Amino acid sequence: MALAPKKDLTAKIMRNKIYNLLLQDRRIDGRKPIDLRPIKIETGLLSKAEGSALVSMGSTKILTGIKVEVGAPFPDRPDEGTFTVNAELLPLASASFEPGPPDERGIELARVVDRSLREGGVLDLKRLCLVEGEKVYVLFIDIYVLDYDGNYFDPSLISALAALATVKIPRYEVADGKLQKTGEYFTPEIRSLPFTVMVGVIGEKFLLDPQLEEEKVLDVSLVMGADEKGNITCVQKNSPGQVPLDIMDSIVDVVIEKTGEIRRKFLQEVPVKLAGSP
Amino acid sequence: MSRPSRLIDENGKRVDGRRPDELRPIKMEVGVLDKSDGSAYVEFGGTKVIAAVFGPREAHPRHLALPDRAILNCRYHMTSFSVEERKPLGMTRREIELSKVIREALETVAFLEEFPRAAIDVYVEVVQADGGTRTAGLTAASLALADAGIPMADLIAAVAVGKVDGQLVLDLCDLEDKYGEADMPVAMAPRFNSIVMLQLNGRMTVEEFKKGLALAKKGIEVIYRLQREALKKKFSEISPEEV
Repeated sequence: MALAPKKDLTAKIMRNKIYNLLLQDRRIDGRKPIDLRPIKIETGLLSKAEGSALVSMGSTKILTGIKVEVGAPFPDRPDEGTFTVNAELLPLASASFEPGPPDERGIELARVVDRSLREGGVLDLKRLCLVEGEKVYVLFIDIYVLDYDGNYFDPSLISALAALATVKIPRYEVADGKLQKTGEYFTPEIRSLPFTVMVGVIGEKFLLDPQLEEEKVLDVSLVMGADEKGNITCVQKNSPGQVPLDIMDSIVDVVIEKTGEIRRKFLQEVPVKLAGSP
Repeated sequence: MSRPSRLIDENGKRVDGRRPDELRPIKMEVGVLDKSDGSAYVEFGGTKVIAAVFGPREAHPRHLALPDRAILNCRYHMTSFSVEERKPLGMTRREIELSKVIREALETVAFLEEFPRAAIDVYVEVVQADGGTRTAGLTAASLALADAGIPMADLIAAVAVGKVDGQLVLDLCDLEDKYGEADMPVAMAPRFNSIVMLQLNGRMTVEEFKKGLALAKKGIEVIYRLQREALKKKFSEISPEEV
């Protein structure tokens, strides 16, 4: 059963302030409406996880780890490896997160990241097949929100991509129908880099990458993703409220521009092996 | 079900013979269940959905009640036999996510502040799934809310647009959803010309995305008209003695 989350009543006092600043193209932390917070990406921090990344966007912090196992493929895709995405809003990240299995927010976050990776065709899953119909690599991409200062969507996808781009998967050889580790590792090629940008709407104005104080008073928010070819790859309206149809066009154009900015930063920070590059 | 060789034939017709901008046959009926406070049945081709509303009633557990408005609970659920392969009992992650987006769309239009400390429960059951179950479910849920007499700023009408064989199409059926390139469920509050639910699974160019929203709006206007007709039909049939 989905329950309506409680609204923070004190936050309503902030709404006018944030809206009035927006009318002057300003924000409470000095950013312009379409500015993102600074992004920091660190990869390969953990040795037990085959892939890992710690990403911060402002003070929102996300840790993603990838564990690799060998398992059975899906019956309808016998020659493809599989991956699953899980996300948890840890209780240490915010006073509003509670211990327990992922609630609807965690599930939504995981599914938005999953869709971005899957529909964006980030991995060539055929390369993650070991024995067709029997053994494939299974990647568990687990996302943990460590510190929540608004917008956990964008940094989560960045950290999932950074962990994937640097994951070290053990190689196996097949001998007498049995799998044996060779002791070598490989990193799969990345075929596409879709990123998302969270858009917050207040009145007829919108801003990007809201920090917590802003997120609390938004009329409505959307997460929108785009790839390097300028395709829209993922959309999720993730809060109650109306998005005026007439501002959608300008939102789309800004999303294309800003996902490009995240992609350039990502390529600077992460040693990514892109498909088709030497 | 395997992939047909083409999803659009040489005459520009779709797998079920529709034009790209054509909706499936739609059926709507309001007040289909006896014990709920409001209910509706909606059919989009092979997709069949029932929605029911209980409330406003006392919120349980009590500590969840809000001092300034009603809480709106929503459960979107598929029957085990609604899909090709039996769906295991219980809520899947997909159902939990869809319950959230449907609830958030309904919260946008319902005047919840009219009922402080109360709860309104919305249940959507998918009886048969042939693509577009969340949009049919939301369309039915907003009818059921209206049937229950919950004041609303507008009805919500919803439909998916998608891309199959490189072409934009309205109201995807299951085959098109599975084998197409993109699926974009859209819900609007037509009176406000605003979007109240929006998701995209798949890839579209910016131009396709913008055209897709316009195509969805076209379908939504038809659905919205049918919704109002279905509501009027129920209430015109009630005789004065029953009131």
